[in-house]
Amino acid sequence: MNANAAHDAIKAKVDANDVMLFMKGTPQFPQCGFSAAVVQILDYLGVEFGSENVLADDAIRQGVKEFSDWPTIPQLYVKGEFVGGCDIIKEMFEKGELRPFLEEKGVALATA
Amino acid sequence: MSVAERIREKLNAALSPETLEVKDESHLHAGHAGARPGGESHFRLRVVAAAFEGKTRVARQRLVNAALKDELAGPVHALAMATLTPSEAAAE
Repeated sequence: MNANAAHDAIKAKVDANDVMLFMKGTPQFPQCGFSAAVVQILDYLGVEFGSENVLADDAIRQGVKEFSDWPTIPQLYVKGEFVGGCDIIKEMFEKGELRPFLEEKGVALATA
Repeated sequence: MSVAERIREKLNAALSPETLEVKDESHLHAGHAGARPGGESHFRLRVVAAAFEGKTRVARQRLVNAALKDELAGPVHALAMATLTPSEAAAE
């Protein structure tokens, strides 16, 4: 896949999923502790999310870094907007901001 | 100069932080993809800087990432960070 095709594929994923996670590995088998941590938080909140394993495609892996000018993975997008990587998602979760943020964005959550 | 020293030097120059902790956590990732013999591949930062005032978390991390662009494109495989303003750090 060339860089343009990768950009289009990333954009399509972000547009098609209210909550979209670019990660290393899969939600069932994360291959990086930082990716695993974000999956765990989303699962805890009962959020349905799309995911893409960047290790499966180097063009996506490089492309997603350029897409949001963000050099690291994981990357979480909500309703098309880049929210952050592992540190930011963890911090929002620990401060109790993530659930209200997702609710405000109209993302369906499992009721606590 | 070690990677940790370069990180320290670049962040000092870019952000004049009040507090700067650079922790090499590479040993926690030994044998994992991206880990290198000799470490210096996985770092955790704690940066307290007035430059973060009024900025979102994403914007703060972007400042750090921009200062460490070369390191992130090279030896640094993972960079975890806490980015705080002086008043946030005082409240911790």
